[in-house]
Amino acid sequence: MYPAKFDYLAPESLEEALSILSERGNEVKILAGGQSLIPMMKLRFARPSTLMDINRLPGIDGLERSNGDITIGALVRHNDVVKSDVAKANHTVASAAPWVADPIVRNLGTVAGSLAHHDPEGDWASVMLACGAEVALTSSGGERTLPITEFLVDMFATSCRPDEMVTKVRVPAHSSRGGGNYQKLERKVGDYATVGVATSLELGDDGKIASAGIALTSVYAHNLKVGEAEEVLKGEAPDEDLFAEAGRIAAAACDPTSDTRGSAQYKRHIVDVFTQRGLAESLEIAQEGGS
Amino acid sequence: MNITVTVNGTEHSADVEPRRLLVDFIRYTLKLTGTHIGCDTTSCGVCTVLVDGTPVKSCTMFAVQANGRSITTVEGLKQNGSLAPIQEAFKEHHGLQCGFCTPAMMLVGTALIAENPDPTEDDVRWAISGNLCRCTGYVNIVKSIQAAATATREGASS
Repeated sequence: MYPAKFDYLAPESLEEALSILSERGNEVKILAGGQSLIPMMKLRFARPSTLMDINRLPGIDGLERSNGDITIGALVRHNDVVKSDVAKANHTVASAAPWVADPIVRNLGTVAGSLAHHDPEGDWASVMLACGAEVALTSSGGERTLPITEFLVDMFATSCRPDEMVTKVRVPAHSSRGGGNYQKLERKVGDYATVGVATSLELGDDGKIASAGIALTSVYAHNLKVGEAEEVLKGEAPDEDLFAEAGRIAAAACDPTSDTRGSAQYKRHIVDVFTQRGLAESLEIAQEGGS
Repeated sequence: MNITVTVNGTEHSADVEPRRLLVDFIRYTLKLTGTHIGCDTTSCGVCTVLVDGTPVKSCTMFAVQANGRSITTVEGLKQNGSLAPIQEAFKEHHGLQCGFCTPAMMLVGTALIAENPDPTEDDVRWAISGNLCRCTGYVNIVKSIQAAATATREGASS
C-alpha cells in the first residue's frame, strides 16, 4: 500500500522547521515516529501534501527531570520511556509505557507524537489526563504551554495551530506520598486497548487523598477524564469502599461501544474493576513511599 | 530525492520517491529479498530490519527517512561467510517452520542479545511480542534465541 504523493522535507534545525510551519503549516504534517501517521497515510485516511520529518532536529529528544516535573521531548520514543529511570518519577507514565503498541513500534513511536495525533484510543492521552500534564507548543513566535485538557480537543483534534509543533510534554513527578498506575486490557500485544484506565494519587500528611486523577481509554469517543470520580476521592481517607464508589462513577461516565473487542456491558464492567484495581495499586505505591 | 543508505556494510545511493517504503527500497531497489512483507499494516513484524542497530518495521518507515543511516537485514547477519550464532541456533533448534517470520525473528533476537546477553525466556517472549509466527512455532524460536545468547557469550569469553 502506498500513500498519496507528498513532498518530503527534513529540516536540520528547529528554527528551519518552525519557519517551514509559519510559511506553509496548513499543508504540512509533522513526521516523528510515524507509527500511526504512516499507516493512516497508506490507507489514505491522511493525505498530507507535505511531510516534515523532525527526526533530524537536534535537542528535542531529552527525557529529563526538572523542578518536580518530567519533561518529555518531542522525539522521545515510547521505548526510551520504558528504559528510563527518570520516567519512574511518575508511576502512571512508567506503568503505561510497556503497554503502548508492541516492542518494535515502541522503538520509533513517540509520546509527543501520540498526543499530537490524538487517536481516541491511544494510551498516553489518558495517562496525561490523569496526571495533569502540560504540552509545550512552539512556533517562530515563541512558546506557549497548555494544560492537557485544553490541548486535547476531540478525536484526532488538538489545539496545536498549523504554525506550531509540540516540542515538550511536562508531567508532574509523584511525590514520596504519590502513586500511579495504568491498567490495560488488550486482546494481543500491539492491539488497541479494549479498556485502559490511568490512575494517579497524591496523599496528604494525614494519609488522606490530596488529589486524584482518573482517565479512561477506548470506552468513549475520546480519552475520558472522570472529574466526578476524582472529586469523590479528594479529601477522603482511601479505602476499598471509596475506590468502589470511584469505580461505579467511572463505569457510569464511560460510553463504550460493542465491537469485536467485547460488548459495551463487558467493557463497562472492566472500567469499574480496573478503576478500583488501579487506585489500589496507586495507593500501595503511595503508602510505600512512592518507590 | 537522492539518498545514501549503508545496508549490511555497503553504501548504496539511489533516487527514490519520498513515498517509497523502506521495505520496498530494500526488496525492489536493492534486490535483497530476505526482508519479507507480511501484513503491510505495522502488525506482523516480518519486515523488521535493524536501523542503526534498533529493530523497526520497514513497512512503516519511508526510505528517505533512512538517508545516512545504517541498516542490517538478514543478509547481513552472516560473519566472514559463515552463519552467525543466531542463524546456527535457529538451524540447530528448529527455530523455523515455514521460515517466513524467521529473518525478522533473528534480527530481533540479535538486537536483544546485544542489549541483554543473558535473556530469560520471559525477556525473549517480551522482545518478540511484536513479531508474529503464523506457524505458532514460538517455543523453538525462544529456545533458538536463548541458545544464540549462550553461544554469543561463550564466543565472547573464549
